[in-house]
Amino acid sequence: MGRYVVRRLLQMVPVFAGATLLIFLMVNVMGDPVAGLCGERQCDPATAGRLKREFGLDRPVWQQYLTYMGNVLTGDFGTAFNGQEVTELMATSFPVTLRLTVVAILFEIVIGITLGVLTGLRRGRPVDTGVLLVTLVVISVPTFVTGLLLQLLLGVEWGWIKPSVSTDAAFGELIVPGLVLASVSLAYVTRLTRTSLAENRRSDYVRTAVAKGLPRHRVILRHLLRNSLIPVVTFIGADIGFLMGGAIVTERIFNIHGVGYQLYQGILRQNTQTVVGFVTVLVLVFLLCNLIVDLLYAVLDPRIRYA
Amino acid sequence: MRGATHARWAVCALAAALTATACGGGHAGGDGDAVLSSSWGDPPNPLEPANTNEVQGGKVLDMIFRGLKRYDPRTGVAEDMLAERIETSDSRNFTITVKDGWTFSNGEQVTARSFVDAWNYGAGLKNNQRNAYFFEYIEGYDRTHPADGGKQTADTLSGLRVTGPRTFTVRLRQKFSSFPDTLGYTAFAPLPRAFFDDHDAWLRKPVGNGPYRVESYTRGAQLSLRRWDAYPGEDRARNGGVDLRVYTDSNTAYTDLLAGHLDLVDDVPASQLVNVRSDLGDRYINAPAGIIQTLAFPHYDKNWSRDGMEKVRAGLSRAINRTQITRTIFHGTRTPALDWTSPVLGTKGGYRAGPCGDACVYDAAAARRLVKEGGGLPGGQVRITYNADTGSHKEWVDAVCNSINHALGDDKACAGNPIGTFADYRNRITDRKMTGPFRAGWQMDYPLIQNFLQPLYYTDASSNDGKWSNPAFDKLVDEANAETDPARAVEKFRKAEDVLREDMAAIPLWYQNGSAGYSERLSDVALNPFSVPVYDQIKVG
Repeated sequence: MGRYVVRRLLQMVPVFAGATLLIFLMVNVMGDPVAGLCGERQCDPATAGRLKREFGLDRPVWQQYLTYMGNVLTGDFGTAFNGQEVTELMATSFPVTLRLTVVAILFEIVIGITLGVLTGLRRGRPVDTGVLLVTLVVISVPTFVTGLLLQLLLGVEWGWIKPSVSTDAAFGELIVPGLVLASVSLAYVTRLTRTSLAENRRSDYVRTAVAKGLPRHRVILRHLLRNSLIPVVTFIGADIGFLMGGAIVTERIFNIHGVGYQLYQGILRQNTQTVVGFVTVLVLVFLLCNLIVDLLYAVLDPRIRYA
Repeated sequence: MRGATHARWAVCALAAALTATACGGGHAGGDGDAVLSSSWGDPPNPLEPANTNEVQGGKVLDMIFRGLKRYDPRTGVAEDMLAERIETSDSRNFTITVKDGWTFSNGEQVTARSFVDAWNYGAGLKNNQRNAYFFEYIEGYDRTHPADGGKQTADTLSGLRVTGPRTFTVRLRQKFSSFPDTLGYTAFAPLPRAFFDDHDAWLRKPVGNGPYRVESYTRGAQLSLRRWDAYPGEDRARNGGVDLRVYTDSNTAYTDLLAGHLDLVDDVPASQLVNVRSDLGDRYINAPAGIIQTLAFPHYDKNWSRDGMEKVRAGLSRAINRTQITRTIFHGTRTPALDWTSPVLGTKGGYRAGPCGDACVYDAAAARRLVKEGGGLPGGQVRITYNADTGSHKEWVDAVCNSINHALGDDKACAGNPIGTFADYRNRITDRKMTGPFRAGWQMDYPLIQNFLQPLYYTDASSNDGKWSNPAFDKLVDEANAETDPARAVEKFRKAEDVLREDMAAIPLWYQNGSAGYSERLSDVALNPFSVPVYDQIKVG
């Protein structure tokens, strides 16, 4: 187990280097960011030259990349064009997005799995058909439609919530945005759980458990559900990474100043330091989530062993 | 914020239990101390007067600074603010006297030195100030800001001299009669010593001499401004303060306004213009601003610089149905342009209706004739380049192209050419990579006809994106700047504008309005000619 974890961690190094290099190059291809800083006019060449030197943009790309990576390893993510340290931007935005992700994942787990178990045990009944229909609708409606609709209904028409999230972004305010963010994944989790459960219901170990005379809830929770959760856990694990980086739409709709907001602004302003810095952290989050998911397999299914 | 709200409810509940106090809305009534909230965008540059060149940062600086001059929020005319006198006999040497009794909100006196230090800082190359070129007319700029980007050989402008506690002299490189009228621009604001002594602390919490002071500033989230009670000027704030909240999407801000969580939105999103009248009624403002949109041409491209192309450009101009586009796409928030300046200048400031004349009026037959006479479109097609990331440019570019295609009777005559980001777009312009017409917008820095012509069309000027160059135009601008009489200067500028028309250097499209919407709590809301709300006049409650 320990050796497995070490091996996986070592594998992360090339993935990490490759991913950051790709992002670095992509942002670089967009061209010279200094031109956008002077509004609808040409920056005077002297100031533009100094800004470029200050941000290291006058050097060849490979040199920029090496310097950048060197700095990142010492914890220095550089400075955004407005003079703020990127680490400062991270410190304000990552906690917000993390809270949003936690809310979304909780929705996925609690509602998604519950619905999945309910429908999986009652295949073909009205409950099953109803939930399946609802998930179909949720999956086919884009997030921004759900978001804007809920915002308008709950925020403006009925006045239950504030349409936008304050800068504190406390958990209470993030319930609706979290639900919107989770909606599509939630539907998938429901369907995954349902199918997986329905399949495993006919397997030998369930029959054995029932034959042993175990109470029904114990059969379902300890034997059936636990084994059926493997695909669901894979999905949710990968989803954490997606939700953290892909919340741009939801964050925009509800004016949440999280990772999506910073990334969006970084891209618009072609701010290499911000974009690469944030993506680097997101890549790390993704890699770690994947590792944790793989380790969870062994916990869920005793047949899986890591050496 | 949340804590405060809860506390207030608790107090209200208690008060209601004891007496029948009205706590409706949770606001402090109309005693002039109530604070309003307003939408804001995160400024891309640090908040320094000589480093802010866009409207979001400019908005704040306008609230916390007062300069020598101030543009009347209604008429746009430059009036003395901190300047007691600005005297000159030759339009080149100016003696400026600063009014007595002005202080910064930290108590420091505003003196001649506050201005001279600030201007020297702005002009210094090593300070990386984006607006440094505003000081280029002052003598010694070539040494504090060498054009080749080399090391600056002087830290101070030789043209600035402090001659007394409240007086200083300015010597310009050349005659520039309207120089005093440019001094209302924020780049010329005075700065306290705190700015130089502890720069980082100042940036975290800017200190100025305007009617508001910064109470707290959370970068990228919120800026809280409160009325400065000891403000010595006459334009004291009529409200307790303004909370500027950063919104990523103007649609969210608009929704917040409808839900009653935001008081003022100064950018009504294009998608809401259809509903805004029914949503807000007379709480919607659509007022002219000093912004003009044009189509510029790459005059460095031989396809567009050869003889006869001025006819093609005029033909394209006549093929654009401005009236229809401003009505259907912009819902009246733009007005068809008839010249290259802006109506907010007023006739005294140099605006006059119609120097563009027929060339700006839609006429399909004339358009076809002119394009044919000029030798046809280069390559048979024009592609209008624009940046697709902001400002819903796609909609109007497509509409303009449809109009051109329709007028010229050719489905392929015009097509849009979107560029992903503004920075990339600017790069292509700087690198002279444009091959056809492209979007050019201009928001005035100060309400003078000079500001609409010189930076945009003078040879090698900073915003002359099309690199148009015409000796007759340059000569007239030089003469106008050298005139001591403002009326005669305006006359010369108008002549220069006529030269612009002869060559159709750029196609005027429309004048842009400023738009804003506000909540029922507010009254006396107005936009100034820079499309910024006049915050200090707003009454709450």
